[in-house]
Amino acid sequence: MNATVTRARRNTRLDPARIGIYAFLVSAAAFFLLPLYIMLVTSVKPMDEIRLGNIFALPLSFTMEPWQTAWSSACTGVDCEGIRGGFWNSLAIVAPSTVLSILIGALNGYALSFWRARGAGLLFGILMMGAFIPVQVMIYPLVQILAALHLFSSLPGIILIHVIFGMPVMTLLFRNYYASIPEELFKAARIDGGGFFRIFLQLMLPMSTPIIIVAAIMQVTGIWNDYILGLVFAGRENLPMTVQLNNVINTTTGVRLYNVNMAATILTSLVPLSIYLVSGRWFVRGIAAGAVKG
Amino acid sequence: MSNVSIRNLCVSLGGNRIIENLDLDVIESEFLVLLGPSGCGKSTLLHSIAGLIDVADGSIAIGGEDMTWADPADRRIGMVFQSYALYPTMSVEGNMSFGLRIGGTPKAEIERRVKRAAEILHLEPLLKRKPSQLSGGQRQRVAIGRALVREADVLLFDEPLSNLDAKLRAELRRELKLLHRKLRSTMIYVTHDQVEAMTLATRIVVMQGGKIQQIGTPESVYSKPDNLFVAGFLGAPGMNFLNGTLACDRSMVRFAAGQVDLDVSNYAFKHEPRHDMTVVLGIRPEQIQIGDQGNLTGVVSLVEPMGNHEIVWIDYCGHSLAAIVQEMREFKADDRVRFSVDAAKISIFDQFDEARL
Repeated sequence: MNATVTRARRNTRLDPARIGIYAFLVSAAAFFLLPLYIMLVTSVKPMDEIRLGNIFALPLSFTMEPWQTAWSSACTGVDCEGIRGGFWNSLAIVAPSTVLSILIGALNGYALSFWRARGAGLLFGILMMGAFIPVQVMIYPLVQILAALHLFSSLPGIILIHVIFGMPVMTLLFRNYYASIPEELFKAARIDGGGFFRIFLQLMLPMSTPIIIVAAIMQVTGIWNDYILGLVFAGRENLPMTVQLNNVINTTTGVRLYNVNMAATILTSLVPLSIYLVSGRWFVRGIAAGAVKG
Repeated sequence: MSNVSIRNLCVSLGGNRIIENLDLDVIESEFLVLLGPSGCGKSTLLHSIAGLIDVADGSIAIGGEDMTWADPADRRIGMVFQSYALYPTMSVEGNMSFGLRIGGTPKAEIERRVKRAAEILHLEPLLKRKPSQLSGGQRQRVAIGRALVREADVLLFDEPLSNLDAKLRAELRRELKLLHRKLRSTMIYVTHDQVEAMTLATRIVVMQGGKIQQIGTPESVYSKPDNLFVAGFLGAPGMNFLNGTLACDRSMVRFAAGQVDLDVSNYAFKHEPRHDMTVVLGIRPEQIQIGDQGNLTGVVSLVEPMGNHEIVWIDYCGHSLAAIVQEMREFKADDRVRFSVDAAKISIFDQFDEARL
C-alpha cells in the first residue's frame, strides 16, 4: 500500500478574527460612502421632498432636473448659466498646464540625474524647499510679478502659475525615476553621439511612459481640484469649475437649492473621481515612487 | 585601427585621486587587457579613454591625435558595457544603427554596416526584436554589434562577460578572440577575471591602487611576475609563498626557512643576491613535481579532484603547498610523498619592496 498523504486544506471558515476584520472594513467603507450616497440621493429629489428632512430616504419621485439646472442654468453670482462654463475653463487650464509641467519636470529630472551640472544638488535642494512653502505665502508677490508681466487674470497667467507650482514635485518624480535607469545606458548614448536634447527626446522620454502616466494623474487631479490659484490668477473670464461651484452654492438670493448644489458638486468632482477609479493602481505606484526613494 | 597613448594621466572621482601619473601605450591592433581587483582603477582608466570621465591632468592620444578633451562621440571608439546598456525602446536594428542615424550616415550605408555586424555576430534573425525579448548572451552580442557598426579604430570593453553564466562566458570569450583575429582592431578590455585575461590578451596590464604593476604577455606576467601582488593575483590555486632568507656561499645560493632548505643556485637573479637577505619564495602549484625521485618529502593533507587534474595539498615542514597533478593518481590524505621543485622556474621576491629579484 502506498502511504497516502492527506492534503492540507486552506482554512476558509469564518472565525471571530475574520468577522472582526470584515466588520471594520465595512464600517470604514460606509463612513466614506455615506456622504456620497446622501449627495446622490438628494440630487435626484425635488425640493418638496428634501424639506421633509429624511436625508437617508430614497427619492419618492425621481427627477433629473437639478442636474440640468446645475449644468446649464444655476446662478453663479449675477450670471445664470450653470457651471458648464467652468467645466470648459477648467479643461483649458488643466490640459496645457499638465503637458507643460510634465515636460519641464522630465527635463529637469533628466538634467539632474545624468548631466550633473555644477551646483545641481544645490539647485535641487532649493527647488524642493519650494515644495514645502505654503502657497498662500507666495500669492501676493506672484500677483505683483504677473501684473508686471501683463499676465495677471489671463489664461496664460494661470497656466504659468500651475506649471511653476507643479515643478518641484514633477522634478522629484522624474529625477527619482531616472536615477533607477543604469548610467551605462546614458554613457552608451553619449558614445553614440547623442546630445542633451536628442538623448532626452529619443531615449529617455520613450522610456518614461509609466512615470508620465503617474505624473499626468497627479497633475490633472491636482490642478482640477485647485481653488485658490484659480480664484486669484485666472480672472473673471477663465474661472475654473471649482470656483464656479463655490459661487453656485454661496449664491444668497432665494431658497437654497440643495439638490442643485449636490448635482453641481458631483459634476465638478467627476473628472478626478473617474481618474481615481480608472487608474488607482498607477496612482498608488506614483505616490510610492515619490515617497520611498529620495 | 589606431594606437592609444596615455601620458601622465591623473583622474579624480569625488575628490579622491583614483589614478595618478599613469603612462600607457596601447599598440595598434593589439588586444590589451586591464586586469586587477575591483577598485583598482581599471574601469576608471577605460572610461577616461572613452571620454566619459573628465581627466584631472595628463593627455590621451588616439591614433596620434590628442583626444584628452574630445567628445566621446568624436574619439573614434566603440564601447561595450557590463550591463549591455541596450536602448530598451528600440529594436536590435535600432540599437545598432542609433549612433549612425545621429551622425547622419546615408541609409544604404547604415543598412550595409548593420547587416555586416549582424552577420559576424549571428544576429540576423533577431534584428526586429526588442532587447527584452533576448537572452543575456544575445543582448551582449547586440551590444558588441552596436560598437562594431561604428567601425571604430579602438574598441573598449568594460567587463562585458561578467553578467553571463559560466558556459556562455566561455563561448562569448572564444567569439571575442575570433572577432579580434578577424577585425584586427585595437581592443582594450577590462576584467577582474584572470582566465579572460590569460586567454584573450596579447598583453596584460595588471593594476592595483590606480598604478600599473606589470605589463607583459600573458606568459611573462604569469611565469615571471614583477612583484608579490602580481604573483598572488594570477593563478588558481594561487602561488605558494614561503618567507625565509637567502644563504650565499661561493657559487651556491640556498633558501632557508626553518627546516626548509632549498638549493636555488640556478634561479635567474636579476640582481646579485646578498647573504642573509629576507625574501619571499614563490612556487606555482604546477611546478611542484610529485614523484619518487623527488628530493623533498611531505605529507598529503587534502586532495581536490577537478576532473581532468587534481590539486594536492602537501604539508611540508609546517607550510601548506598546493601542487597540481595532471595524471590522476591515487593520492590519499596522510600519504607521505616525495616531490621536487625546479628552481629555474620559481620566483623570488624581496620581502621589503616586494619586487622580483
